[in-house]
Amino acid sequence: MITDHDKVLETAKDWLAQGHQVALATVTKTWGSAPRPAGSQLAVRADQTFIGSVSGGCVEGAVIAEAVDTIADGKPRKLSFGVSNDQAWSVGLACGGQIDIYVERID
Amino acid sequence: MNRAILEALVAARDKGLSVVLATRLDTGEEHLIDVRAAPKTAIGEAARVAATRDKSAPVEIDGAPWFLNVFNSPPTLYIVGAVHIAQPLSQMAALAGFEVTVIDPRTAFATNERFPQLHLITAWPDEALADLPMDHRTAVVTLTHDPKLDDPALIAALRSDAFYVGALGSKKTHAARIERLKAAGFDDAAIERIHGPVGLNIGAVSPAEIPVSILGQIVERMRKPDAA
Repeated sequence: MITDHDKVLETAKDWLAQGHQVALATVTKTWGSAPRPAGSQLAVRADQTFIGSVSGGCVEGAVIAEAVDTIADGKPRKLSFGVSNDQAWSVGLACGGQIDIYVERID
Repeated sequence: MNRAILEALVAARDKGLSVVLATRLDTGEEHLIDVRAAPKTAIGEAARVAATRDKSAPVEIDGAPWFLNVFNSPPTLYIVGAVHIAQPLSQMAALAGFEVTVIDPRTAFATNERFPQLHLITAWPDEALADLPMDHRTAVVTLTHDPKLDDPALIAALRSDAFYVGALGSKKTHAARIERLKAAGFDDAAIERIHGPVGLNIGAVSPAEIPVSILGQIVERMRKPDAA
């Protein structure tokens, strides 16, 4: 299947059962040559342990940081990542694509 | 996301159900929709379409932004006729991620020696298909050339939501088949769902090349359902 959901949700369920707080990041829209299709997911614990992917490793670091904030305040976030450029510290997609990501806490 | 919804989603996947998780992106409202029992609402209909396309996507419903995440069961291929072509077709389809079942009441054809590690059913196709799930993830291909075996399978497939129906046979064979199905009460729109002669026209000749053309056409119907 193109949208291979792996075992992200199964793992998130197990983490919750173990008493962890978990946030879920989902790719909701892609433009151009984005590495993972809409529907791809990443589950994150407060200790930054994660499973799944929303890109080819390009923006996971930034998404995990936002997910940890989402776990803390419970507020869903909508993130957008575009083409990476030479600006210091910017996070982006080297492939030239653009993606929207929805981050939410599982309550 | 609500934890109860997550648990229901994981349970649905365990059971092999196709479900769509609809999330309203500005409020967090969410619905888990069973595709086979999708409600006749705008969201239910959008979920059914997304599942048929096997494509998760953002949609706007009544001016609100929703995201439809599709969790489909693996696609299924029912091959009617344990003939020579069915051997490479079943192997190729399994490699492409299909759950494959071969149906043939002729026990000389449907043997485990000829179809190792495959789900074989030695029953009449209409009886076998009556017991098997058929939905938007189902493809049916008939390979026997024998109306006694092919026709009941095609009739069952046309009465289902199967995304692909194919029938092996020449143009002449197919013309005769169309006449029989019309006599059985199927209209032009139903008959047009049958791909016959089966497969993409790639000039396939050998018993392995013909399945390449059939599987290519099945994947095309699954991934580009809107293409002519």
